[in-house]
Amino acid sequence: MLQEKHMIAQILFVALSSVATYFFAKNIGKIRRNILLGKDIDLSDNKPLRWKTMLKVAFGQTKMAARPIPFILHFIVYAGFILINIEVLEILIDGIFGTHRVLSFLGPVYDLAIGFFEILAFGVLVACILFLTRRYVIKLARFQSPELKGFANKDAATILFIEIVLMAALLKMNAADQILQARGAEHYIKAGSFPISSWLVAPIFNALNLSDATLIIFERMAWWFHIIGIFLFMNYLPFSKHFHVILAFPNTWYSNLKAKGELNNMASVKQEVTLMLDPSAAVPEGYQPPTSFGVKDVTDLTWKNLMEAYTCTECGRCTSSCPQNQTGKLLSPRKIMMDTRDRLEEVGKNIDANKGTFVDDGKNLHSYISEAELWACNTCNACVEACPININPMEIIVEMRRYKVMEESAAPASINSMFNNIENNQAPWQFSPMDRANWTKEA
Amino acid sequence: MSDFRVRTMAEVAAAGEEAEILFWVGCAGSFDERAQKITKAVAKILHYAGINFAILGTEEACTGDPAKRAGNEFLFQMMAMQNITTLNMYGVKKIVTACPHCFNTLKNEYPELGGTYEVLHHTTLINQLLANNKISISGGAFKGQRITYHDSCYLGRANDIYEAPREVIQKLDAALVEMKRSKANGLCCGAGGAQMFKDAEQGKKEVNIERADDMLEAQAGIVAAACPFCMTMLRDGVKHHNKEAEIEVKDIAELVAGAMEL
Repeated sequence: MLQEKHMIAQILFVALSSVATYFFAKNIGKIRRNILLGKDIDLSDNKPLRWKTMLKVAFGQTKMAARPIPFILHFIVYAGFILINIEVLEILIDGIFGTHRVLSFLGPVYDLAIGFFEILAFGVLVACILFLTRRYVIKLARFQSPELKGFANKDAATILFIEIVLMAALLKMNAADQILQARGAEHYIKAGSFPISSWLVAPIFNALNLSDATLIIFERMAWWFHIIGIFLFMNYLPFSKHFHVILAFPNTWYSNLKAKGELNNMASVKQEVTLMLDPSAAVPEGYQPPTSFGVKDVTDLTWKNLMEAYTCTECGRCTSSCPQNQTGKLLSPRKIMMDTRDRLEEVGKNIDANKGTFVDDGKNLHSYISEAELWACNTCNACVEACPININPMEIIVEMRRYKVMEESAAPASINSMFNNIENNQAPWQFSPMDRANWTKEA
Repeated sequence: MSDFRVRTMAEVAAAGEEAEILFWVGCAGSFDERAQKITKAVAKILHYAGINFAILGTEEACTGDPAKRAGNEFLFQMMAMQNITTLNMYGVKKIVTACPHCFNTLKNEYPELGGTYEVLHHTTLINQLLANNKISISGGAFKGQRITYHDSCYLGRANDIYEAPREVIQKLDAALVEMKRSKANGLCCGAGGAQMFKDAEQGKKEVNIERADDMLEAQAGIVAAACPFCMTMLRDGVKHHNKEAEIEVKDIAELVAGAMEL
């Protein structure tokens, strides 16, 4: 009878994890497809430095340290996420093979690990409560921006709530387990140490004087709740800003390794300008004059820009360090990334609905990002510097300006006169080029 | 200049000589009245350090930086290729400039278009000259004075140059004080990205006034700048607060030239 019940549980578990993995893989595939809608760019040079950057910035979280309080809280959640997943591995094995605490043969190491995970789980729980407090009670400025209204705000709350519930389930499971272990219940071998649940949860169960059967139900319920919660969480990720837990790693590996001040020289323009200055210059074989310049829609961005849009976790460090946003302008670098992702998702859905080809919907990235935002940017790199996972909102802004200027000739009038001055006087102001060295003559 | 003549590359070439360093003056340094003072200070320092330098004079043209940042890549590359032709014609190997925007463009964006040079910002060169005893500061004109340094975005975040300007200030025997936002965290003056050439977008405040608040808070009599555009913005910020009598905005080159009693 017991054997049979175990069998059913095992089959159910395998079925559940298969379904969860299937949908997760499917949605990851969709994101990958969307990212690859971007233009190609080669970011495979200097691999040693790329690995080093990833280890430092993503694993080591060095850029988070600029703001100590969220750094510490986030580090606890991050460490919890990575390390508690080792316990999830055990849960997976137990679930498939019907074992209980299969890794307990590790003895004292196992006890230490489980004890440590409990402390971490408690830390994560506290950190998440503090995160919620910062967001919804203290109402920190960077969580009040207009771009966070609606889904983004709910998304943040959902993630924190799920994490709290998951950690609570873990502690509840351990509390029931340790009482059953102490009572010598069948199947519940003595394993693990429980420095948190032993005083936080177990006393409640003890006080209620619960029977073995009830405790087993509690333990099993918490176990299933925890693992199903993880499956749900995993499948929520691709729809959430929380996808950064995965993409932060490739995104930092593909970091820009050049000086932040360097903007790319557009290759398409280079050929045109070379021909303009010297009509006799050799034209490369098969040269096709470019059809458009700059970024009109998300598909004109590079795959790296698009990956960054999916990597952004909307923390708003970029926006809170942006000089223009700080002085009340519309520009918010975080919104640039969120708009890029929203538009890309829209393009992706359009492609899905139209059997693999994009059908013009009369919209583009400029329908999301206004001229007032684009023309406010100081290209000061504060947003790029502030991003804990090396996202570059500035590049998208400059690429969109390129489209405005070179395709639509739609720059502000004063910018156009600056262009004219450079063209005619070789300086952005209306001075005669012949006066350029006049300063040498003055005393 | 009063006591020596700044030569152009054309003159140097005509004399059958070679200049060790090209001093890239930049548009602001050439035409803006306030920035011309910085230009002269740099020229004096180079001269008294015994450096054989020259300028391009009327052959110099905008690097194209503001055009590029504003999205006009055509205009940028036209200016760049024109300048590269001039620079390569004179066989220029080393460039110093007092403008971080010119510095960034020449250093990072010209090589791919055929112009590869060793490019130094004047604060780096001055720091080297001090370290190598090519110039010396005496008199202690700034001894104990509170000086704060405003990081130019195109030196700091754009090119990771944070220390050279600060080291120079410290060599002035001055008390270097930091604003609440400095180095990688420094606040822009509001000029970059071609903002210098247009009105600000609608908002609550001008960026340079926000920055001027930081300057007031630092309670320094001198704000050291290292960029002609920052110079304009910061001075306007000080003016806005009617603090011209209390706070002076000076370029690092001017401070050094002052301490050298040039």
